[in-house]
Amino acid sequence: MLVTGAARQLGGRFVRRIQGDPEVDRVVAVDAVEPAHPLGDAVFVRADIRRPAIAKVLAEHEVDTVVHMDVTGTALGGGGRTSVKETNVIGTMQLLGACQKSPRVSRLVVKSSTNVYGSAPRDPAVFTESTAAKSLPSGGFAKDAVEVEGYVRGFARRRPDVAVCVLRFANILGPRADSPLAEYLSLPVLPTVFGYDPRLQFVHEDDVIDVLRLVAHESRRAGLNSGTFNIAGDGVLLLSQCARRLGRPTVPVLLPAVTWVGSALRAVGVTDFAPEQIRLLTHGRVVSTVQMREVLGFTPRYTTAETFADFAHSRGAGLLPPEVLAGAVDRLADRLSVPATPYEAPSAPRVPAPARASSAPPASSNSPASPPFHDGA
Amino acid sequence: MADAKVIPFDDDRSRARRRPSRAEGEAAAVRALPAPLRAPSRPAGPPEPEEAPEAGDGAPAARPGSGWERRLASGLAFLRRRVTGEYEVDEFGYDEELTDQVLMSLLRPVFEKYFRVEVKGVENIPAEGGALVVANHSGTLPLDGLMMQVAVHDHHPAGRHLRLLAADLVFVLPVVNELARKAGHTLACAEDAERLLRAGEIVGVMPEGFKGIGKPFGERYKLQRFGRGGFVSTALRAGVPIVPCSIVGAEEIYPMIGNARTLARLLGFPYFPLTPTFPWLGPLGMLPLPTKWTIQFGEPIETGDHPPEAAEDPMLMFNLTDQVREQIQHTLYKLLVQRRSVFF
Repeated sequence: MLVTGAARQLGGRFVRRIQGDPEVDRVVAVDAVEPAHPLGDAVFVRADIRRPAIAKVLAEHEVDTVVHMDVTGTALGGGGRTSVKETNVIGTMQLLGACQKSPRVSRLVVKSSTNVYGSAPRDPAVFTESTAAKSLPSGGFAKDAVEVEGYVRGFARRRPDVAVCVLRFANILGPRADSPLAEYLSLPVLPTVFGYDPRLQFVHEDDVIDVLRLVAHESRRAGLNSGTFNIAGDGVLLLSQCARRLGRPTVPVLLPAVTWVGSALRAVGVTDFAPEQIRLLTHGRVVSTVQMREVLGFTPRYTTAETFADFAHSRGAGLLPPEVLAGAVDRLADRLSVPATPYEAPSAPRVPAPARASSAPPASSNSPASPPFHDGA
Repeated sequence: MADAKVIPFDDDRSRARRRPSRAEGEAAAVRALPAPLRAPSRPAGPPEPEEAPEAGDGAPAARPGSGWERRLASGLAFLRRRVTGEYEVDEFGYDEELTDQVLMSLLRPVFEKYFRVEVKGVENIPAEGGALVVANHSGTLPLDGLMMQVAVHDHHPAGRHLRLLAADLVFVLPVVNELARKAGHTLACAEDAERLLRAGEIVGVMPEGFKGIGKPFGERYKLQRFGRGGFVSTALRAGVPIVPCSIVGAEEIYPMIGNARTLARLLGFPYFPLTPTFPWLGPLGMLPLPTKWTIQFGEPIETGDHPPEAAEDPMLMFNLTDQVREQIQHTLYKLLVQRRSVFF
């Protein structure tokens, strides 16, 4: 088995994890740079997949399964957008060319992204695998992913004997995530687009590894693990919800100004505010995972909300931790309930105020009488 | 947390219906707890059952402060869930809690006091399962859709929620798109409509679109072309009934006497209305005229007896579309004859 992109955190984890599986004899990990993490018993070959030398690696190690994980949005250890694009597109072309020449290759797994759907206000609310994007991504990583998938489809046509599986992952998050979205969510104050509250979906790193393992092996139910699948956790979170659960304040920025803020942040090297990232944070994106469940037979262990909770836990408290806010509301409730119940004083002894801080005030109703609601809108 | 602390109140019948087991459990708990044992001795941990609506009706007379306090407590509970982000939205971004407690409360005075909407035949919307409500569209601004949503939300015996399909312009505009998604609206496209219908939701659509809402005042209550009848094939594919709906009163809220086409093109809107008051009176001209409305839901048209491939039959589609259109137009005329005046 050959794994590309092994120097990345996710690739490294996958290489270490897959060695334990009985179906795997040997793992060849490939990347252009030396990995900073251990790869266990895997053979590391330092090769640039943009060069034809990759074909030699395939032949030398008699590779039968190729897991292509080197389709990413950010460069590893410096390097601009051009080199990322080259690795994504030229690298995929070279790798596919090498696979086509190698008769032993029988299985190809490609890590793609739901970025291929783009995000536009004119798109349906939920994308299925067959939905054609209304506005194709015009550049950046999303366009790379679209092109990569195009080459992979071409390869699948030329080599019908190879089982090809494309996994479109939603935003990958987890304690160790290093994606642009994770970087964005780690900012102390989150700039958001004014007047938009995008719907987001996350998939946990552990689930990514699990589903990659599932499709990298021969299917237990013959032939069902090839094709294109959306991979995402259940449920949806709004960006405003994410910010509140993280305890990070948001700063709404008017849409025309977002680009400037984005480039300013990029200039100081805080985070990569690519245009497609901004579009995602404007219109959001939700994909259907019916195919993943019913055809692939994979059920993620983490829902979107659980994935996010795990991520939030790893990032530590923000400026406005939810517990503090909840405590403030409880204190306000106590403060208000004291003068509100004088007529009941004789009937029962009053419980001291702090007792209620642990439990939320009960019940809910339409209550115009109570303080500001505008935070929810 | 949060979820368990929700108790059905007067306008939250929907919650009671959607989670029947929980509602019943709470109702039982409420009965078990005598009314005088209240607020100050709150047990920590599990949700304290407050009075049910039935009890609440009688209580205020005896203890004037309790209703207010209960509202305050529940409002704070709501606020607490909001600030911590512990609430749920569905895949369309529909925030049921926010809609029930805030958005509907904001629209209700407009519905009850301003337009004094009279709702008829709401029981024609099935109590369970999907249905497609097809209505006429008018009024320059889509207030008729919102009022229809309030009508279903407040008046349907099973407390169903109407999920409106909105034009793509709604999802381009900032703020508007955010509120629309949270109120359960989604883009008017076959994929979204079918997904909602298959999930058993009530979907509201106004197939006239911009042609209906932006028509001049002189053409009021004349139905425009019903798109390409895509809504019929969607209903057929999902196998749900079509409920025609006629809205009287919305045509006169902003009598559109002119259309500044150049300005509309510059701003990217489908039309730019000129009414007797707008834009001459500035923001004051944005105030709709307080007309008296009637919303009538008609007899459902069943689509279940057609085979699934019928959705591909253009002739059948046109016939069904015409049938729906005729029925709405007919009801409109009937309601107009019955109407005493535009404003009363």
